[in-house]
Amino acid sequence: MPTNILMPALSPTMTEGNLAKWLKAEGDKVEAGDVIAEIETDKATMEVEAVDEGVLGKIVVPEGTQGVAVNTPIAVLLEDGESANDIPSPTSLTPSVNTEDEAPLPSPTGRGRGPAKPEGLSGEGEGQNRDILYAQGAVLEPPPFDEAAFNEMQDMTVREALRDAMAEEMRADETVYLMGEEVAEYQGAYKVSQGLLDEFGARRVIDTPITEHGFAGMAVGSAMNGLKPIVEFMTWNFGMQAIDHIINSAGKTLYMAGGQLGCPIVFRGPNGAASRVAAQHSQCYASWYAHVPGLKVVSPWSGADAKGLMKAAIRDPNPVLILENELLYGETHSVPTSNEFVIPLGRAKIERSGSDVTIVAFSIMVGKALQAAETLAEQGIDAEVINLRTIRPLDRYTILESVKKTNRIVTCEEGWPFAGIGAEIAALIGEHAFDYLDAPLARVAAADVPLPYAANLEALALPQVEEIVHAVQKVCYKD
Amino acid sequence: MASSKTKKKPKLKTVSNNESIPSVETLQKLYREMLLIRRFEEKAGQLYGMGLIGGFCHLYIGQEAVVTGISSVQEPQDTVVTSYRDHAHMLACGMDPKGIMAELTGRIDGYSRGKGGSMHMFSKAENFFGGHGIVGAGTAIGAGLGFSHKYKEDGGVAVAYMGDGASNQGQVAEVYNMAALWDLPVLFVIENNQYGMGTSVKRSSAGQLYKRGEGYGIPGEQVDGMDVFAVQKTAKQALDYVRSGNGPYILEVMTYRYRGHSMSDPAKYRTKEEVANMKEERDPITALKGLMQDVGVDEAEIKAIDKEIKDIVNEAAVFAQESPEPDAHELWTDVLVEVQE
Repeated sequence: MPTNILMPALSPTMTEGNLAKWLKAEGDKVEAGDVIAEIETDKATMEVEAVDEGVLGKIVVPEGTQGVAVNTPIAVLLEDGESANDIPSPTSLTPSVNTEDEAPLPSPTGRGRGPAKPEGLSGEGEGQNRDILYAQGAVLEPPPFDEAAFNEMQDMTVREALRDAMAEEMRADETVYLMGEEVAEYQGAYKVSQGLLDEFGARRVIDTPITEHGFAGMAVGSAMNGLKPIVEFMTWNFGMQAIDHIINSAGKTLYMAGGQLGCPIVFRGPNGAASRVAAQHSQCYASWYAHVPGLKVVSPWSGADAKGLMKAAIRDPNPVLILENELLYGETHSVPTSNEFVIPLGRAKIERSGSDVTIVAFSIMVGKALQAAETLAEQGIDAEVINLRTIRPLDRYTILESVKKTNRIVTCEEGWPFAGIGAEIAALIGEHAFDYLDAPLARVAAADVPLPYAANLEALALPQVEEIVHAVQKVCYKD
Repeated sequence: MASSKTKKKPKLKTVSNNESIPSVETLQKLYREMLLIRRFEEKAGQLYGMGLIGGFCHLYIGQEAVVTGISSVQEPQDTVVTSYRDHAHMLACGMDPKGIMAELTGRIDGYSRGKGGSMHMFSKAENFFGGHGIVGAGTAIGAGLGFSHKYKEDGGVAVAYMGDGASNQGQVAEVYNMAALWDLPVLFVIENNQYGMGTSVKRSSAGQLYKRGEGYGIPGEQVDGMDVFAVQKTAKQALDYVRSGNGPYILEVMTYRYRGHSMSDPAKYRTKEEVANMKEERDPITALKGLMQDVGVDEAEIKAIDKEIKDIVNEAAVFAQESPEPDAHELWTDVLVEVQE
């Protein structure tokens, strides 16, 4: 059957072009891949190649024609044995792509076609997938977690809690391994991996060269093929070298693979300011990574947070980022001893119950918020302190319920204010609790400057207890 | 286009050097696989021209002997990863042309349910790990696949393809170092088609690409990528070396893409004569077809293969147009693996 050769598009935005030149004449034999014509747009001249073999039966659009619309028939190709007399009227020609009616073929990927569902957002109760509802902005009550039931406790540092969590999960799952700079023989730049090389050996506790981009990418590749890497960045500042693999390779693969293969991986390390290490070593990445769908982001404060979030992160089948804090590593807390102490991700903890104002914080700012609450209590202000624990997915429910009770809120973070976590919480309150507020929300954050080295300037740049106290006084109209 | 010069018919040096001629079955198998890639890509180019495929679409036409030769000597447990010019690698891994073409048209029966497109497709079942749009990223992921083979002791080798352009990425040097340091079973394949987009290797790359591993102690070798038997033979030796626990190996395969970098590339950086000469004198498929004719394979048998491939590709094109677009709810799925509390 004669087939139409159509005016091709050279780019998704091209709608028409000029037929500059025919390189074959009517009656010429054409092989697949032969250049038959040149077309041009305002950007470029391109060659048109034949896809099928045959004889150029008729040139429909002569050379020199301007403004030929994409998909217009420009010529007719004849198969062996056909002649120009076989060419029907232009309208009845089939395009050269075969489109005869055929029964739908089974899906080659073997996963079938998606069930027909109405367009738009999932309705109330439909689907039940909490991740999807969350992505659509839903406020969901977190699943129950009886933390008090884990009542066998032991005092330990945050550093030890992180290490014990990794060791427990490595004992339980042979596919879990730890990789990073100085994690093995040096026992960790901050001694978080102390003893792990001795227990698990060099196969599973691996010192890398100083090459974050490369080893992060390798860890992602190994995760795609059945392993569960824990990648330690000596600090998250150095993790910026690897940000392409964290976001593009780890965070997006499940989606781009239509759910076929994902990336169960943990990226962890100290985040935020340490002490006098200046701008390039002192940055909070919470807002950066919490921006990205496909990633989960947690930030522990206490020893219990450290242990329970680390274990949850390792067991989670998705990429999870743990933003630790160097200054907290040496702090001692009471930590549940149970192997099964796993804090569900997406669940905040009310560290201090109060009725007058809500203070939301994460990581090192939780401790500062609790100190501020003590000072405020002396002034007759009863503050509720929420430890976010997970940044993404944010526990919207716990924040909103608290604000509905206290009608006032102050957010605290060590990162910069612009587009920070406080800004996200402000949006949440604006969308869902506007009518409950008795005062505008206040944000406590780092000064909007690179972190300075000088001791006095550093203290000025980082959010301190006094600033939280002042912010609370302001939203309580007691300043 | 007809050349005024006397045409030199493409010849396979490995065979004309009196090396033993492979069996007719082998010739037909390789011919079938290479032709499938070429016809598939031509059809993809056509569907792109009709507006049925969007975005970026990078065709493999001219390079067929590379992936065909290497995949023919792989073991089933081996894994493969590549960059964005990836349709051929998927076909060579045994992925279904219908599912690939349906992904190109952005339909629900595509390998990624229409969410990945030309540059981002995967098949866990066929050990194909992408399909990566970021130049150089696939190479680090490939080294990680090698790491997983060694960790699991499953006897597999990761075949990590990159282009000549990617070979200049910093992370490629980083993973050369680690792969050598830890003796990872990785075959790094540099598909040198002589142009990283519009910049020739001469203008972008110092030294020889296959020698870039020397400082790390990684052996490297250059091979003619327009001769499927040369690729096959060299790849077999390289894979044996890697599989035996010697660590990584770099194979630089000299090849040529006939089409532009992507569909909208007018290819002003090279002459028409250069492209025409490669097609006339070095085409890997024409050369193999010539060899088949020389050893007396019946013309009707060759025609039958041509017809078979044409039908497969047409069927894929029909399938890719009939498959529905993803349902709206697919927008939200596959972002995270759901955790059951």
